[in-house]
Amino acid sequence: MKCDHCDKPAVVHEVVIKGGVTSEVHLCAEHAAQKGYQVPPVPVTQLLAQFTGQVPSIATPQSRKAAAPARCPVCGLGFAEFRQTGVLGCPGCYDAFMPQIGAVIERAQAGAVSHVGRAPVRLEGLADRAAMRSKLLQELETAVTTEQYERAASLRDRLKNLGEET
Amino acid sequence: MRLREESSTVQVGPEADVVMSSRIRLARNLAGFPFVGRASDAQRHEVLQMVTRAPLGQAFGGGLTWVNMAQTTPQERQLLVERHLVSRHFADSTVPRTVGVDAEETLSVMVNEEDHLRIQTILPGARLDHAFERARLFDQEIESSIDFAFSARWGYLTACPTNVGCGVRVGVMLHLPGLRYTGEMERVKRAAKDMHLAMRGFYGEGTEAVGNFYQVSNQLTLGFSEDDLLRRFTQETVPQLVEYERTARRMLVESNRPLLEDKVFRAAATLRAARLLGSEEATKLLANIRLGICMELIPDVSLELVQRLLLQVQPAHLARIDATATDDDKGRIARAALVRRALRA
Repeated sequence: MKCDHCDKPAVVHEVVIKGGVTSEVHLCAEHAAQKGYQVPPVPVTQLLAQFTGQVPSIATPQSRKAAAPARCPVCGLGFAEFRQTGVLGCPGCYDAFMPQIGAVIERAQAGAVSHVGRAPVRLEGLADRAAMRSKLLQELETAVTTEQYERAASLRDRLKNLGEET
Repeated sequence: MRLREESSTVQVGPEADVVMSSRIRLARNLAGFPFVGRASDAQRHEVLQMVTRAPLGQAFGGGLTWVNMAQTTPQERQLLVERHLVSRHFADSTVPRTVGVDAEETLSVMVNEEDHLRIQTILPGARLDHAFERARLFDQEIESSIDFAFSARWGYLTACPTNVGCGVRVGVMLHLPGLRYTGEMERVKRAAKDMHLAMRGFYGEGTEAVGNFYQVSNQLTLGFSEDDLLRRFTQETVPQLVEYERTARRMLVESNRPLLEDKVFRAAATLRAARLLGSEEATKLLANIRLGICMELIPDVSLELVQRLLLQVQPAHLARIDATATDDDKGRIARAALVRRALRA
């Protein structure tokens, strides 16, 4: 994510809730210092610290207690590294770092917790979840037999995501 | 690197008195690859190859012109930034990256920015519908041969988790001198923030946007469809902001005409007389001339000329036109001469 005032990466992120309205501030180190924010500490850390166990989130009380895994099993990104940069390593990180990532998204997106827009063309015709699952399984099999392991991992993640919804 | 002589954004589009340009940006990532920041150079090259080799239909003339950023000069990269064809982050990055541009330079595709693909369309004036259709068409064509990282729950998956969902940024570049000179800008900024809209300066230089140019875009990308987002912008956000600005300009004429005339005529006189001109000063003064044209105070200069000059006074464009502008000092001389000549004609 970039700074609100320039193209540099934002290192300070602040979510302000005033009168029931949520707004956000994203600043690079330079602009953060200009506006009187202390840098470091690193921003996403604050964002993460703010939500963990303190605000309503999509996570269930049980899952909220669960600690995020130290590393994404697909790309190896450490959760601590994500907290520092605010940037994920691969699509698999979305599953690996749940429910924390879900809460970050929920906060950043004013409470929205699911996608309602279009899907990629190649999936759109498969509105039926079972048909989509079958197509992805087929692609996964091909990926494994042709030794495209990263693609296989990604397909597996997509299947997992489908599974959550059914 | 071959670019058009002139960017298409200098043309005068609908609602040009307030709306400079309309921009759509889609963020997409290829399934089966780490995001750009985590990928190896070999994987980044593979992404580049997959995207640049993806077949495109006649709507894109059979393909885009791909510019390998590693083979560009700093001046060429600056030129791309000034035309808003690439982001500053992309221009300054050191990873293997390329940008694809269509013949009209209204569509650009950055490969290996923060996300694997940043598809962007930019059109002059209030033409979000057209810009969106073109971006969507490219998106659909490319995903007929490439799988994007997508989750049924979160939508298009992006490197920064706050961009998930439809992955669409809808933006307009607005000229808002009326709101600024009537002291209404802070109120508008607060309202925009409450509506989850980002307001940024044209050149990303802090809250005091140079020339009173502001880029307004959505901050939310999840929980509504692309069509809803577009509808909200074209039917509510943009018409409302345009109307606020026009009302402010009318108020300025009625309640503080001397201020308006001073801003406009002082700018015209300075630009017609200056012998040294920095790019920021030139932008501010040209912006006030732009206001004067829209308020029918300057009948002998066209809006298109001012829009062209707003681009030509930027460093890389200036150096392209005038080879003597080899450093900042010579650039100031060349810039002043360019503007004097143009306004005399």
